[in-house]
Amino acid sequence: MRVRLLFFAAVRERMQTAEAVRELAGPTTVEALWHQLLREHPSLGDVRAAVAFALNREYVDSKTMVHDNDEVAFIPPVSGGSA
Amino acid sequence: MFEVVETPLDLARLVAAVGRADAGAIATFIGTTRDHNSGRRVTRLEYEAYPEMAVREMNRIGEQAVERFGVKAVAISHRVGVVEIGEASVAIAVSAAHRDAAFAGCRFAIDRLKEIVPIWKKEHYVGGEIWIGPQRGTPDSLSTS
Repeated sequence: MRVRLLFFAAVRERMQTAEAVRELAGPTTVEALWHQLLREHPSLGDVRAAVAFALNREYVDSKTMVHDNDEVAFIPPVSGGSA
Repeated sequence: MFEVVETPLDLARLVAAVGRADAGAIATFIGTTRDHNSGRRVTRLEYEAYPEMAVREMNRIGEQAVERFGVKAVAISHRVGVVEIGEASVAIAVSAAHRDAAFAGCRFAIDRLKEIVPIWKKEHYVGGEIWIGPQRGTPDSLSTS
């Protein structure tokens, strides 16, 4: 199973890339994917609490399962518009 | 009209997009880069978007404004990249039969945009840079709204 991961803003900077493709051995959730990234990239730790998840361009619950060819985005705190 | 663009915003285009024969009011909002924030001297802002999802969420905000306030049409344009002091980062136009609905719908659109649309702002200030946040609510609460 192959999924595409998208990184933005503070997450993108800490990952040093805007996207990645990952092969998964078995069923997993968007949250489990994030925890895997946290283990691999400890510098992500300070954005962890506020990250939301999007699956195929829709916000989803952290327990949502990912499927083959899904696009998973890790959404740090949004701040569009002006103050 | 809902879009994420890399070029300066043109409010007249948005106003034209929401004009209707049965609308007696068009309310507009422009968000601009301010030269200070939280005691910092801001030099410029830099915006980044998840464009496909941002446009989808903007569309949803437009639909909700129609449902909740009875407005006729909504247009939202957000700029990405560097936005210098005084320049516009977001422009919104909302048409309605009467002004109360137009104002309410416009207020709703900018407030909701800031809560949910996947666009990020990095503030460059004298002495450093910082990603602005945090979003309201818990991550899981976003998925149900």
